[in-house]
Amino acid sequence: MTAALRFDPIRLPSECEQLRKEVRAFLAEEIAAGTFDPHQPNREDTDVPEFSRKVGARGWLGMTWPKKYGGHERSFLERYVVTEEMRVANAPTRRFFVADRQSGPVLLKYAPEHIKMEILPRICRGEICFAIGMSEPNSGSDLFAAKTRATKTDGGYLINGTKIWTSSAHIADYMIAIFRTSPPTKENRRHGLTQFLVKMKQPGIQVNPIGQITGQYEFNEVVFTDHFIPDDHVLGEIDGAWKQATSELAYERSGPERFLETYYVLTELVRAVGNKPDTRSAEGIGRLVAQVHTMRRMSVSVAGMLQAGKEPVVEASIVKDIGTIWEQQLPHRVRELAAFVEETATNRETLEKQLDFAIKTAPKLTIQGGTTEVLRGIIARGLGLR
Amino acid sequence: MAESENIVAETAEKIFADLADAQTINRDEKGEWKAPLWQALSDAGLPLAWVGEDCGGSGASLAEGFSVLSAAGRFAVAVPLAETMLAGWLLAQAKIASPGDEMTVVPASPKDRITVNADGSLSGRARGVPFAKVAKHLAVLASDAKGDCSIALVDTGKCRIESGLSLGGDPSDIVTLDKVQPIAIKPAPAGFDQTRLMLMGGVTRSLQIAGALESMLEISVRYSNERVAFEKKISKFQAVQHNLARLAGESAAALAAATSAADAIANANSFDDEVFLEAVAAKIRCSEAAEKGGGIAHQVHGAIGFTIEHILHRYSLRALAWRDDFGSESYWAVELGKLVCKRGADELWPLVASR
Repeated sequence: MTAALRFDPIRLPSECEQLRKEVRAFLAEEIAAGTFDPHQPNREDTDVPEFSRKVGARGWLGMTWPKKYGGHERSFLERYVVTEEMRVANAPTRRFFVADRQSGPVLLKYAPEHIKMEILPRICRGEICFAIGMSEPNSGSDLFAAKTRATKTDGGYLINGTKIWTSSAHIADYMIAIFRTSPPTKENRRHGLTQFLVKMKQPGIQVNPIGQITGQYEFNEVVFTDHFIPDDHVLGEIDGAWKQATSELAYERSGPERFLETYYVLTELVRAVGNKPDTRSAEGIGRLVAQVHTMRRMSVSVAGMLQAGKEPVVEASIVKDIGTIWEQQLPHRVRELAAFVEETATNRETLEKQLDFAIKTAPKLTIQGGTTEVLRGIIARGLGLR
Repeated sequence: MAESENIVAETAEKIFADLADAQTINRDEKGEWKAPLWQALSDAGLPLAWVGEDCGGSGASLAEGFSVLSAAGRFAVAVPLAETMLAGWLLAQAKIASPGDEMTVVPASPKDRITVNADGSLSGRARGVPFAKVAKHLAVLASDAKGDCSIALVDTGKCRIESGLSLGGDPSDIVTLDKVQPIAIKPAPAGFDQTRLMLMGGVTRSLQIAGALESMLEISVRYSNERVAFEKKISKFQAVQHNLARLAGESAAALAAATSAADAIANANSFDDEVFLEAVAAKIRCSEAAEKGGGIAHQVHGAIGFTIEHILHRYSLRALAWRDDFGSESYWAVELGKLVCKRGADELWPLVASR
């Protein structure tokens, strides 16, 4: 085979089922206590610090990390279960999700020991929030076009320039960002970028919110003016961030969050249709369920490969490509089927509000974390086409 | 995958590579390739893989048999291997020994019914029965007036068979049983019904479709690296690359859904809603992938892939044809939708996340 794609039928081991019960019970308690409303994905403020601390206290942050950093040395598959249950319940994960999925693993790999000891336990306790500084105005998916400069100075670097589309920067305590430390070379346009740990809420950092068409504020523009970063906040190799950033993305691309962001509209459609569906509704729902089941089996399979220490870059890109397109189309398919829902359906108003929000959310899904076009380029490379 | 599973699948793969090369088949208008292929498969015990040694078979596991079907799909093999395996499996459910020749299963569509008459004879009509015309025996699932299911071995010569052809050009026939006395008939095991048979058939076809898509991806990638247009290989055009990435996605989805369903059935203790979801989701998603993926493979090949001389149609048309056997994707989508609605909204996620 030219492209030996592998999606082994990985099953979640029994410890995951116990954990799933615990997570469901916890979420049900939090919903009952009014911490969040699972039927309100469109709430304005998705940052709930108290919820983060409770999740941390349960041991569900830094699950796969070493115990000496506050982690729990559990498996990727256990983490997978927690992630999907939180996502499906529309839990307010904004404050901890990026740190848990991405920033923590980067620090584990590249930060000096004293920084790991200082920061990782706090992530595990759900106390701190991270943002990712990759995109810049006019760079976006073209990571290597980043211009924001880190200039060497006494004991550290001075940062000047602007990051953009930075989710959560307004609440973040830290950002892991790439900055330009040298110009690209003729031989390698990826050369010259370095990854830094940035402490937010410091002099020389200004965060400007950018409104979204959903009515929420998640994105920001982050402007650096002579912001100082000490030497020990360099992560990994100077000028070599491109190698680091690409492996980071495998974690970002295959998780259950990549096909479940608009899932709530499907649950609500089933509720509205009731237990005796007409043929058209039954067929529509059946197809959507078959599709989400398949996506999930693919995603679990990739989690199993990560657990086995493999780097399934192409498989992860495929999961994100078809997963995000699926979750993008889902509200539109549900809308078509909802046209036949009886006026008397008790959740009709909730369904309509959710659809309104999901349809507005949909356009971003195939952009965040690597656009469809970039992912297809990666898949094409994996197929031996470039 | 267990070691023994590999050996059975590797045996099948080697036979297909030696005797079912698509180009050779394409050039053999008289179909002379079929006899040596069937002989080799029979010598290796593959058609009766799912039949225990006590019933005349080779006693391979369900998982081993499923891996043979994946390989058969990758070669788009057009001999009744999958059908004979299914028939042997069905007969074995009732401990009926299998004869050592080509067989197929009746019915092959969820809506067709075969009934057991008071005198023990069988009556009914089944459409779209694959390879009925060439099969020597039929494995029949029939029900009596009370709704109890029986499994029977029937001599094809005693049935009326109207020839038809599937989209892929393989026999897809109408079989009529008019008070046919079976060679053997026994009650089906408790809980075994037509839905079980259709789902097993559906998973069989899902694996074959997924295998055909793997081959379509492979030959499309290869072709794009050979064909030059506008002074460069078409694989260097971004639009072509993106189409092939989508084909890889459809192939991957089909593979994941089909192998997951096969694994679920191979390891199932009981036939519950979760196994049902796995099996029907595979048929639905693989059928969708056949349409989308096959379309892209033809697009990449341009006009050449549309010709009878080219091998692409072996895979694309069979993948499309296999959608129709043992319940189409729309049939199963309705059934799945009904099940989901009956369980209710709050039970949907627990079902999806059950494994």
